[in-house]
Amino acid sequence: MVAVQKKRDQPWLMRTYSGHSSAKASNALYRTNLAKGQTGLSVAFDLPTQTGYDADSPLARGEVGKVGVPISHIEDMDQLFDQIPLDQMNTSMTINATAAWLLSLYIGLAQRRGIDAKKLSGTTQNDIIKEYLSRGTYIYPPGPSMRLIADTITYTVKHVPKWNPTNICSYHLQEAGATPVQELAYALCTAMAVLDRVKASGEIRPEAFPQVVERISFFVNAGIRFVEECCKLRAFGEMWDELTLARYQVEDARLRRFRYGVQVNSLGLTEPQPENNVQRIVLEMLAVVLSKRARARAIQLPAWNEAMGLPRPWDQQWALRMQQVVAFETDLLEYEDILDGSPVIAAKVRDLIEGARREIENVEAQGGIIAAIESGYIKRELVGSHMNRLRAIESGDLKIIGVNCFQETAQSPLTLGSDGAIMKTNPAAEREQIERLQAHRKSRNDDDVRAALQGLVDAAKSGENIMPSSIRCALAGVSTGEWGDSLRAVFGEFRPPTGIDIAIDSREVLGKRDQVTDLRARVASTGNALGRPLKLLVGKPGLDGHSNGAEQIAVKARDVGFEVVYDGIRLTPQQIAQAAQEEGVHMVGLSILSGSHMELVESVLQELRARDLANVPVIAGGIIPPQDAEKLAALGVRAVYTPKDFNLNSIMEDMINVIRECNGLERLASMQ
Amino acid sequence: MTQVKLPDPEQLAARILRGERPAVASGLNLLDNKLAAARDSSARLLAALSGERWLNEGHLIGVTGPPGAGKSSLVAAMIREWRLADRTVGVLAVDPSSRPELGGGALLGDRIRIKNSSHDEGLFIRSLANRSQLGGVATEVWPMSWLMLACFDIVVIETVGVGQTEIDIAEIGDTVCYVAQPASGDTIQYLKSGIIEIPDIFAVNKSDLGAPAHKTASEIGRSASRPDRRENWDYPVCLVSAAMHTGIQSFLTHFDRHRRFLVDRGLLGELRARHQSAWVMRLLKEEFGTFGLELVGGRADIGQRLGENRCNQFAEYERMRMHILSRFTSGG
Repeated sequence: MVAVQKKRDQPWLMRTYSGHSSAKASNALYRTNLAKGQTGLSVAFDLPTQTGYDADSPLARGEVGKVGVPISHIEDMDQLFDQIPLDQMNTSMTINATAAWLLSLYIGLAQRRGIDAKKLSGTTQNDIIKEYLSRGTYIYPPGPSMRLIADTITYTVKHVPKWNPTNICSYHLQEAGATPVQELAYALCTAMAVLDRVKASGEIRPEAFPQVVERISFFVNAGIRFVEECCKLRAFGEMWDELTLARYQVEDARLRRFRYGVQVNSLGLTEPQPENNVQRIVLEMLAVVLSKRARARAIQLPAWNEAMGLPRPWDQQWALRMQQVVAFETDLLEYEDILDGSPVIAAKVRDLIEGARREIENVEAQGGIIAAIESGYIKRELVGSHMNRLRAIESGDLKIIGVNCFQETAQSPLTLGSDGAIMKTNPAAEREQIERLQAHRKSRNDDDVRAALQGLVDAAKSGENIMPSSIRCALAGVSTGEWGDSLRAVFGEFRPPTGIDIAIDSREVLGKRDQVTDLRARVASTGNALGRPLKLLVGKPGLDGHSNGAEQIAVKARDVGFEVVYDGIRLTPQQIAQAAQEEGVHMVGLSILSGSHMELVESVLQELRARDLANVPVIAGGIIPPQDAEKLAALGVRAVYTPKDFNLNSIMEDMINVIRECNGLERLASMQ
Repeated sequence: MTQVKLPDPEQLAARILRGERPAVASGLNLLDNKLAAARDSSARLLAALSGERWLNEGHLIGVTGPPGAGKSSLVAAMIREWRLADRTVGVLAVDPSSRPELGGGALLGDRIRIKNSSHDEGLFIRSLANRSQLGGVATEVWPMSWLMLACFDIVVIETVGVGQTEIDIAEIGDTVCYVAQPASGDTIQYLKSGIIEIPDIFAVNKSDLGAPAHKTASEIGRSASRPDRRENWDYPVCLVSAAMHTGIQSFLTHFDRHRRFLVDRGLLGELRARHQSAWVMRLLKEEFGTFGLELVGGRADIGQRLGENRCNQFAEYERMRMHILSRFTSGG
């Protein structure tokens, strides 16, 4: 039977989050993806670019071109968009602390190509709040960071009107463990903080303010509980409509629409039986397309093998095809909203809204989202929610197929290839980028660069909008690190509250004997045998700021009796070794998700040896392919944990045994 | 049997006095170690580090205050100034432990708040759990702070203040600083509790809040200025902002002024000798109990012997330990 072709809705923008190695390699990838029917670009930048360092900075070592494309100056931007017409492209950039800079490079490039900035369309993520809470690529303290966001908003509203200057992210809150209610509440609190800041700047006339509200868009997550997720998006729409009317007096209903893009959940993707991720991704996509009233404007799907390493072009193509099948083969786009009128959906939406309202009131009572971040409140709430999730997985209350149930599997033909079913970045990328940058520095006019940087510093100090001077910097050939450092000198850097001082797991108070009490006894007896309580250092070397895993290990280790020094993110190998020495720890735990584990772990081991600490065992966790795990073991790493090691009790048991072995004690018998 | 390798205490002491960081680290590990052999080495290490200098060199500073007052950020700001003046700093950052029946673990988060973002050889931070000392300071803190004093210009002990802590800190530090949180019930409680008689210097942090900070400062000023403890010391109350880095320099001048005040009146050596006696007693009692103390003549007798050898109380401590141990092992 052939369905009659009816009038269909326009599908959403289809993108794939991508970029790696170099501007040149990424440009080739983008052009291939566009040829396959992708309708927009989503640029992934590498960590030095996201955190405002040049490729030749010591902190950038091992990180250049790993999780995205390195953009050091305007020539890199030019190469990234080679043969891509900027006035016809919709470009989304996942960029936050340095968003004003990357946008300036984009606008500067358009100017150089003779394209009117009014024709540029796209999005800069530009949401610093979730960087403090989850993603970790912050640079400056909240005050100046919010000012940079406000500057990009007021600038684009006037000069680049089709641009979405900020994408308020609830995505990363969910990755950090947020429940749907928390996601709603904290994202809306963030939006209020941004809008209030813009309003307070006085740069926008009151009658133009509804246009500012209209340019605020969101970046949302969708997990596997797709009915609830769909309700969450309907709740978002209703709450935004209400809030923008009540708080900002936006009378035109069209300007109050909740506009959002999506990347579906990566947290629930599994390394065991990775093919199951395909159905997870498709179901998660349903949550954001089913309800027409709450449908996404742009979607990017992760690849099935994201929990294993960097996806290959074919993996990304598969993710794009999923979107195309739903948009073009199914009949979804032929109907009005299919959930309107369902009492079940309406009740669930109401529930979520009520919960979110209460949490918003709670945050407002603390002085708003910035104050609640600085006090550590929100971080504590998120780490607590995430811990509950992990405990539910361990206990089996939360079922994950192939992980804590139905583990038996035939060998998957998908992962048999010699490449281990993941892509390797070009190992020469870092060296080539550094050479390119150094050649660029020689070719530019030093007087222009100096004058442009002086203008930037003056604007930063005076409070004048940062965009015009940043665009002048872009055109003068200033580098990403120079822009970042100039503002560091004026604004200072953010110091995070630890935020992981959450309540201890007290389920065992009643004397129930289980794995946790057993582990506590093991930690205590091992500490007694060694003369002092077991002490663990947990830290993240390199620029990767995804701290959820490291925090969960730290909290769990504390729960079973370790004294845990949590040293946070963005550490050099030297700092980690120094901390291990000063703190006198029995073990060093490193967490790295950016793919730069080989370089960073090797450096940490060298620094430890240089301090006579070769006998302190090092363990590593992250997205580490099996071949690399073997190489790390050969270098002397005592254990490697990857996303398939979901059972934190087993990790703790193993860590205790590693410490015992390294101190001449016998291993303890397996638990249970 | 375990392979806990213990360093030679006398050699270690020589290296610590030269300021070698690895030696400082292993010295601290040794002082923390509860194995019998390690207790012997610890006593020898402390004895080997003793001497006249223990009574008059360096500056031992206690920083305490309620949770959330911003102690770590303030300590970070203080360190920044001291390091700019080229003074070396050792820090003992104490955080609470969970209850023993809940595993007794601890999350030690001060390091991340205190440290510099760049590598610094003139700063040494050791985090410690208080190991459920009923709100007080773990016994390990005191010998560790003395070890650090052997090689750093300034030693800071940072703890959460919960009553008993202030009393313990006052038995360690030359100068005790209380960090108050503006507009907070904690400070009111504190003013009522009588513990306000302990600190020498008060800081009201978050002065950028304006009026609430000034109000708290004047409340403290009214209560603290009673000249009943040390005559002629003015108990300054300082408005500071760690976040904005304002008021820090003038705040720090009071620490130097207080130390000079103690030296000029001959109080520093006396204070330290008294602190040492109290802690030697506490260490002996923790290890051997009241019965052990009786074996070396009881409290009064011990106090007298320590007083007679006040430059080297640890040597005396070691002799008494050996004596008690020999009595225990000989069954006497």
